[in-house]
Amino acid sequence: MMTRPGKLRWALIIAALALLEGACRLGFVSRQTIIAPTAMAAGAWQALGSAEMRGHILITLASVAQSIGLAIVVGFAVGAALYRLPRLRRTLDPFLASYYAVPAFVFYPVFIVLFGLNRWPLVAIGFVFAVTAVIINTLDGLSRVPRGVRRTAAVMKLTPLQHIFFIMLPAAAPWLFTGAKFAVVYSFIGVIAGEFVLSGAGLGHAIAFAYNSFDNETMYGLMLLLFLIVGGINMQLWIWEQRLYARRGGY
Amino acid sequence: MNTSSVQLCLRGVTRVFPAVEQQKPLHALGPLDLDLRRGEFFSVVGPSGCGKSTLLDLVAGLARPTAGTITFEGRPVAGEVPDGIGVVFQEDASFPWLSVYDNAAFALRRAGMAEKDIRERVDPTLAAVGLQSFAGAYPAQLSGGMRQRLCIARTLVTRPRLLLLDEPFGALDQQTRLLMGDELLDLWRLTDATVFLITHSLDEAALLSDRIGVMSARPGVFIDLVDTAWPRERDSRIVSDPAFGRVTGRLWEMLRGQSLKALAGG
Repeated sequence: MMTRPGKLRWALIIAALALLEGACRLGFVSRQTIIAPTAMAAGAWQALGSAEMRGHILITLASVAQSIGLAIVVGFAVGAALYRLPRLRRTLDPFLASYYAVPAFVFYPVFIVLFGLNRWPLVAIGFVFAVTAVIINTLDGLSRVPRGVRRTAAVMKLTPLQHIFFIMLPAAAPWLFTGAKFAVVYSFIGVIAGEFVLSGAGLGHAIAFAYNSFDNETMYGLMLLLFLIVGGINMQLWIWEQRLYARRGGY
Repeated sequence: MNTSSVQLCLRGVTRVFPAVEQQKPLHALGPLDLDLRRGEFFSVVGPSGCGKSTLLDLVAGLARPTAGTITFEGRPVAGEVPDGIGVVFQEDASFPWLSVYDNAAFALRRAGMAEKDIRERVDPTLAAVGLQSFAGAYPAQLSGGMRQRLCIARTLVTRPRLLLLDEPFGALDQQTRLLMGDELLDLWRLTDATVFLITHSLDEAALLSDRIGVMSARPGVFIDLVDTAWPRERDSRIVSDPAFGRVTGRLWEMLRGQSLKALAGG
């Protein structure tokens, strides 16, 4: 059963799409600038029917998945290590805080030297975009585990592994989940943006190629597909997060 | 005192926190001597910062004394919680990701007990603390008092012979505290455990305890041990007994000067 805000949300989306459709069909907006949503949907459908485009999509999704996986594993591990080493954490705090001031794309030539001319430099860009968010959220989550919970665990004489898996991880789960959510978003940004300018394959490259060829239907179709993929994943993560928070009363 | 009835023994227990950066070492506690009798309800009261919670940490084995010895049932307590000791802290320590039942069963599951045996322990314990009908609920759905009862239940299922309570009702209102005190007395009689309660509340100490240790301002030492002489069967109605007023009066008489000293010392 859909809630009232949910219904309102859908109504807003449908109204915005109808408005854009009308504006495009009636010629208020130039076709060179933007195409009608139905034309975008047709473009997306056409792209899905093309083996070449499906290949681009799969390449991008594989790179993003690798980037997310690496960012989550490395981010959790580094975050947990910094939590255990407060002096090192205090030393690194300014770097973590100012990390996003560094444009990660400047590292692309370095990644090409390191990994060669393949997909790994793009995975690395997605990874460096995402990993710090995971580290920061892991640190935040572990630091916020209530003292009473940590002391109770000490009383129960858990093994170090039990302590990590049965106390610290579930207690910090909302923050770890937020870190994972950021990893998804930042990995998509890193990989797609990288493909736009630095790649010969992938969804970002295909969108850039369509743009340069004045093929608006394909470009908007692929953009719509990208929007649906990223939006769908984020919506699903949001639903899981809401369930997690609801059960735990906001914590 | 008959030595066989002594369950917990403290001799010359002292705790000094080492100097941090430019500050001097902090002599928090002691030297303290205490013999806790098996099955008694013992409370500790003292001014803020006198080392009450530090004392509980030492007795629980969560910290080591700088000097002196602590023995529980004849074995030294040193840096690890001995078997047979359960602790309930002041802070809400319920696990928000687990249901009430799973919270209560947590320690038993980690100890590898069979589910059937766990249920045989958890169900009556939840019933004893009035949470049986909330077994499937999550801590977020409970009031503060219910969450604290859950923490007590989670400790009681391990069948501790010595139950350490660090101001477990500190965050509750006065009426709820009195009722929770009654429940605690019921559980104490039911389990036959020895109870070592840290509290700020003179009323709570006077109502619940067989004996009350009054601590000085820092460094905390016992300046008085008050025997309440209450019968084992008692409840919160004793607050209207003139003897209750005499006990709290004596506690305050001992504590007033110490509290002023603690206040003046920051």
